[in-house]
Amino acid sequence: MSVNRAQRVDLEVVADLIPPNSRVLDVGSGDGLLLELLQETKQVDGRGLELSQRGVNECVARGLSVIQGDADTDLEFYADQGFDFVVLSQTLQATRNPKVVLDQLLRIGNRAIVSFPNFGHWRVRFSLLIKGRMPVTKDLPYSWYDTPNIHFCTIRDFVNLCEELGATVEKATALDANGQKIGLSMPWWFWNFFGQQAVFLLKR
Amino acid sequence: MAAQRAARTKDEADHPSSPVLQFGLDKPLKLDAGTFLAPFQIAYQTYGTLNDARSNAILVCHALTGDQHVANTNPVTGKPGWWEVLVGPGKIIDTNRFFVICSNVVGGCLGSTGPASTNPATGKPYGLDLPIITIRDMVRAQAMLVDHFGIEKLFCVLGGSMGGMQVLEWAASHSERVFCALPIATGARHSSQNIAFHEVGRQAVMADPDWHGGKYIDFGKRPEKGLAVARMAAHITYLSEAALHRKFGRNLQDREALTFGFDADFQIESYLRHQGMTFVDRFDANSYLYLTRAMDYFDLAADHGGRLADAFAGTRTRFCLVSFTSDWLFPTEESRSIVHALNAAGASVSFVEIETDRGHDAFLLDEPELFAAINGFIASAARARGLSA
Repeated sequence: MSVNRAQRVDLEVVADLIPPNSRVLDVGSGDGLLLELLQETKQVDGRGLELSQRGVNECVARGLSVIQGDADTDLEFYADQGFDFVVLSQTLQATRNPKVVLDQLLRIGNRAIVSFPNFGHWRVRFSLLIKGRMPVTKDLPYSWYDTPNIHFCTIRDFVNLCEELGATVEKATALDANGQKIGLSMPWWFWNFFGQQAVFLLKR
Repeated sequence: MAAQRAARTKDEADHPSSPVLQFGLDKPLKLDAGTFLAPFQIAYQTYGTLNDARSNAILVCHALTGDQHVANTNPVTGKPGWWEVLVGPGKIIDTNRFFVICSNVVGGCLGSTGPASTNPATGKPYGLDLPIITIRDMVRAQAMLVDHFGIEKLFCVLGGSMGGMQVLEWAASHSERVFCALPIATGARHSSQNIAFHEVGRQAVMADPDWHGGKYIDFGKRPEKGLAVARMAAHITYLSEAALHRKFGRNLQDREALTFGFDADFQIESYLRHQGMTFVDRFDANSYLYLTRAMDYFDLAADHGGRLADAFAGTRTRFCLVSFTSDWLFPTEESRSIVHALNAAGASVSFVEIETDRGHDAFLLDEPELFAAINGFIASAARARGLSA
């Protein structure tokens, strides 16, 4: 498990943003790694929503509070401000309507935490510009025809969407190819070029 | 034969082979029908030991034709308890660790007051003079049994099908007394199709001349043919097309060719007839009418102003719902709508759908994924409740 966690540095970054004993909804909770991490280290009251039934059944068998559901259709059933934090990690780009999903996150959670792969990273740009091919990288290992990721965005695109939805960026972190945080004082264009992943803390 | 069985029905109803808790005229059971039932009794079984803090009690709620004999040899059929795959020493619901209670529902026929019980006003069986019983009435009676044990809060309430309805009712009307709830293969209301199937069963019973307007015990009779037909029709709804095909296909029963008659040529016919026959041996026809009616009347949202989420407003109970892919009696959508309501109420909820072709009855069978889910849920709830392993 620690191996898996090492591969998902963004989870640690997300966990760092959440104070102990919070109520947390993890949308796209997958194999439950983040929920488990948060329960162990922050004693949160954590819930998960996950598309894959297999993932859900495994989580429940491990004692996590997870339901099967689709971020695109099932978030509307959650009450306003029902959670301190709603987390969407590495899932936004796979939703059919990211704008609606993000709007729901901001409605359900006092704060929303969103992590996503940055399509503005230089490797992606390089692949398209020089090779003329859709990028296939370590973080984005799918080919164009079998990818579940249908709505990629860059860090700048995401910041624009937040503005459109009236969300305030309380904190943003970009991770480079080695999973290291990029220095805080760097301008957006720098993050957008060198950040492979981004983690945003939002409030509305 | 029928007369003998009629006498035994009477006997098991009044003097069951289980402990019985009797409530006198001073402790009436309030019924949704707008009246009171008094005196009345509850027959129950318990397993394991209640701890000093009285915090390790699990209430198992049985389904339509189940009974209190969840984990002991059934005194009527001689068969193992109906949920021994799950409940017992060292099992997932470990009776070395938990104090497990299961009671016959009010309206039933194995010792809790039901239509076969003696009406103290007449000295004869109630028959149809028993008021209509609802799921909420059953739960009210169970709460009185739980009070008797001095248990303020149950660690867990679980059950499938009609048992699941009771679990939901417990969570809705006694939420502060339920630490965690496990409704399996159930719904927050009975669908029109399910009411339809129940009505077919009831009409089959009532069409049997031996039913005698519900007074068959007085006549030393039992409407066995009608009840068997009711069971046959219902049994189909507990299985799935795929499972029926897998088990029986179009296989012939003990014969090489079709007989061009109305004998049970096909294995499925023979199987259903057997199911019908063994059922009438152990179940009372009037109880079948009352309990199917209780399920039909169940509509938890309607009891809370039409909004299911309001049934669970402010709940602190932890929930885990389970459905099965091939269950067409209580399809996954039924569970999902409960999950949505619980989400809206801000409840802690898990929900697993289990892939199986065994239909509704899967909840009674050896389903490893079901057991894994129950095990994970119970273990984590027990930790949260401070119950040591």
